Amino acid sequence: MPNNLRYRDDEASDQPLVALDAFPGQSNATAVRIEPGEDARKLIPHLDRLALIEVAFPAFRDGRGYSSARILREAGYKGELRAHGDVLVDQIAYMRRCGFDSFAPDAPLDPAAVESALSNYDNVYQGAADSAVPIWKLRHG
Amino acid sequence: MYKYDNYDQAMVDARVQEFRGQVERRLAGKITEDQFKPLRLMNGLYLQLHAYMLRVAIPYGTLNSGQMHMLAHIARKYDRGYGHFTTRQNIQYNWIKLEECPDLLDELASVEMHAIQTSGNCIRNISSDQYAGAAADEVADPRPWAELLRQWSSFHPEFSYLPRKFKFAVIAADEDRAAMRLHDIGIQLVKKDGVLGAKFFVGGGMGRTPMIGPEIRDFVPAEDLLSYTEACLRVYNRYGRRDNMYKARIKILVHEIGADEYRRQVEEEFAHVKTLGIDPPLAEFERITEYFAPPAFSADADAKLDRSDPDFAVWLDQNVKPHKQDGYSIVNISLKPIEGISGDASADQIDAMADIAERYSFDELRVTHAQNIVLPHVAKRDLHAVWSALRNEDLADANLDLISDIIACPGLDYCSLANARSIPVAQKIAKRFENLDRQRDLGELKLKISGCINACGHHHAGHIGILGVDRKGVENYQLTFGGSGAEDVSVGKIIGPGFDEDGVVDAVEKATEVYKEQREDGERFLDTYRRIGVAPFKEAIYAK
Repeated sequence: MPNNLRYRDDEASDQPLVALDAFPGQSNATAVRIEPGEDARKLIPHLDRLALIEVAFPAFRDGRGYSSARILREAGYKGELRAHGDVLVDQIAYMRRCGFDSFAPDAPLDPAAVESALSNYDNVYQGAADSAVPIWKLRHG
Repeated sequence: MYKYDNYDQAMVDARVQEFRGQVERRLAGKITEDQFKPLRLMNGLYLQLHAYMLRVAIPYGTLNSGQMHMLAHIARKYDRGYGHFTTRQNIQYNWIKLEECPDLLDELASVEMHAIQTSGNCIRNISSDQYAGAAADEVADPRPWAELLRQWSSFHPEFSYLPRKFKFAVIAADEDRAAMRLHDIGIQLVKKDGVLGAKFFVGGGMGRTPMIGPEIRDFVPAEDLLSYTEACLRVYNRYGRRDNMYKARIKILVHEIGADEYRRQVEEEFAHVKTLGIDPPLAEFERITEYFAPPAFSADADAKLDRSDPDFAVWLDQNVKPHKQDGYSIVNISLKPIEGISGDASADQIDAMADIAERYSFDELRVTHAQNIVLPHVAKRDLHAVWSALRNEDLADANLDLISDIIACPGLDYCSLANARSIPVAQKIAKRFENLDRQRDLGELKLKISGCINACGHHHAGHIGILGVDRKGVENYQLTFGGSGAEDVSVGKIIGPGFDEDGVVDAVEKATEVYKEQREDGERFLDTYRRIGVAPFKEAIYAK
């Protein structure tokens, strides 16, 4: 997948992706795909055995996947979290903050533009799923 | 008022640089208009009928005279010498060139202003009571809460691609001067056992499907404000409808699942979100609150007012409101001259208001959701000087809350969504009721005009509302009666078949005649309508 961007050091999973609906019946599956309307919380009991969760973005305007990502990270998921689909360069920074650490965009992204988009802001105003320290915390130590 | 620290300034500066890059990519053809659209919309830039329109945020409607001067400068340098104050307490410029926009934003950033999230399906500018910090009836100044929400919502990574736009209003008095319950989230600050907290109303709104927001939580303490708000938004982001943009606002979700079920889901989410540590300490509240400390009021501000000039006296009675501090008043500047354009001000007028605020109102101004300007802290001894200075700039119309103080959207004259013109209708009605004695005899009468069903002119909340529609290629105007955006909130009802432009002006006049015949002591138009119902009005208006 030449378009992919990955911000992880471990080996990428090569297991086939299983749809969320089919996942409970496949006790060996370690990679799953969530569609925008699906409830990411259904995966919470199974996070330990998952190596890859792919969140679908059929249209960039559909922001449900941002909540799915945060919910999974807040529940302690440590594996790869991939945004797939209509993923644009100006969305990568928010997606990283919500916990995505890999990207499979439909259209290739210019790595320099991505790098630039990720370095626009030195700080953040609010806590999210990343390690960025919110400005209020910087103010009050 | 709030002042940026280095962190705030760096965020706004970074946004200007980011947008500059996005504009450069667009102008170089590296991204398509379709890809550019969500980026420019996130920064308040709309492509309108004639040019780009830029909406500049005025957080909770508060600004200082330096910022006001900058708005005048921008009107001169980048527009055609005018600005348009909006119902969201913002300002819009209608003739902006894309290639000049980054420089414009740089200039705004130099006075701690921006256009961040003034459009797009994200959390918009937080609005508030224009009398905040000056009204005697507030339990606290609502603006520190609004500022905390402003910072939390700026560049929010999870809530920047919501199903639809999202608007907050924060007030702190029982009298609602901000149409709080017609917002996606309306917050009223209240005290419980001496502690300040927020009462949450969720799912109000105007647009195609007007709804009054139900109460979702009677008390959210300060230390839970962001967690609770985040829970409200997360439920919406996950379950708000995305199949139909006209059903995508949170009001539809709350209405479809019911306030009780929405509340249950929010509480469940909140129990989880509260564990994440996303709420700032109370020290951050206190830091922000200090910026909103009352100004250094003078002990000898009071004065016996000479009311011998009848024009001054009527302005005092109509546009000047009581202040919580002895010797001070709140001055309303009407941007509704007869035959003007609601909310428009020239660069010279904007400069003049800035100068007057600097000299007489502790450097502070407010924008109201009714598209007027407020000088929040004027010493009584200065009222005559303020009035004279305003009159020199044609800014002393004494029509606050009267029938010619009309909220109107830009309508078909500017807006690509509109079906009908709003401005000429507003002008004709104001002209018909030009006589100020006649207007004052009619008393408080809130007339609001929208040029399409999206209701930017708040017609649902008008005591008299006018909705412009397109009927087989002809502009047609529907009348609604009985709406209110205040604490007696209600949605107006259509009274019957629509009218042409002159017909609707006649119908409004007939309605005021029915009111005058039927009113009882102290009743406003709205009260009489609520008491006697629509029938007597219809009878007079539709009589053959």
